Amino acid sequence: MGLAAAEAQFHVLAVDDSSIDRKLIEMLLKKTSYHVTTVDSGSKALEFLGWNEGNSDEAFFSPKNNQEVEVNLIITDYCMPGMTGYDLLKKIKESAVLRDIPVVIMSSENVPSRINRCLEEGAEEFFLKPVRLADVNKLKPHIMKTKGKETQNHENQDNDKEIAETEIQSQSQQQQTPQSNPKRKSMDEGLSPDRTRPRYNNGLTVMSN
Amino acid sequence: MLGLSLDQLRADMNRLLAILFHQGVLDEQFLQLQQLQDESSPNFVSEVVNIYFHESEKLLRNLRALLVDRELSDYKKMGIHLNQLMGSSSSIGAQRVRNVCIAFRAASDHNNRPGCLRALELLEYEYCYLKNKLHELFQIEQQRMLAAAVRYPAPQQHLNNPQG
Repeated sequence: MGLAAAEAQFHVLAVDDSSIDRKLIEMLLKKTSYHVTTVDSGSKALEFLGWNEGNSDEAFFSPKNNQEVEVNLIITDYCMPGMTGYDLLKKIKESAVLRDIPVVIMSSENVPSRINRCLEEGAEEFFLKPVRLADVNKLKPHIMKTKGKETQNHENQDNDKEIAETEIQSQSQQQQTPQSNPKRKSMDEGLSPDRTRPRYNNGLTVMSN
Repeated sequence: MLGLSLDQLRADMNRLLAILFHQGVLDEQFLQLQQLQDESSPNFVSEVVNIYFHESEKLLRNLRALLVDRELSDYKKMGIHLNQLMGSSSSIGAQRVRNVCIAFRAASDHNNRPGCLRALELLEYEYCYLKNKLHELFQIEQQRMLAAAVRYPAPQQHLNNPQG
């Protein structure tokens, strides 16, 4: 997968059954200069990614257009008919080929157990809807993590994660805008003000082997 | 119509928006939509809102059809439609419509048919009001664009000069 110059545009796959939310997320991502593909279901997302039903064997992995489909991040709604965002997340993390793609979940409902479940399953972030530009601006570190990867080696993954962690630290110091908006959903349940779990939680999930 | 000045039209638009915010018809999310609109997507807001109108009217028709059946009201289906309407209303900043959906959903969760009927009436009312006001807003916006084009007829000139 000869990764060329760092100038290559990042490609985000957005999954949502609501046509309005698809239009919104597409606009938000375009504003942040990502190349966007939107699909309306988890099964279409898997299809796009080249995953064939019932065959997680890499030999049968055939991207939709018979070309390399490189996706740098997947952002998906949680509540969808059929395959939920959580089901999609699981399938992605179970696939040897897809598991390194960072996944972000969106939901209109603030359900802590749901958020925890997704983060534990390997989601990088959990955004409450309606998603804002400030949320989308948080995606860069997750995308950079996979773009910079040269091998699938776990040790390298560890190093990358550490680097990414420090990048995120400094980035969040620069980019974080105070979320003092009264409209923001309450975090009475003890979650952090920026509506996501602290990143330490992710260390658990990648090394599932 | 073209006799109205850019300033006048801008003032009209701001006044209408202020009223809608004050009434709680629209919330901050609507502003977010406006901020996303730019030269490369100059009709973004109206496109999104038109999708919203189209979807919402379908959902409202479905809700009414479900409630008309006295024998068997499928409250579960109602809940699904309501969740959809709630979600899309929230996404465009239609705060009052969304709030009525919440009350409606509570009634349907309790299989409360009279409560559902009342909520549906209110929902239809709020939706109509919102639609009318947004149409008004888009009309003013269109007039503004026309007026700006007339004022700056040469194609090279920028439309967003210090005025409009």
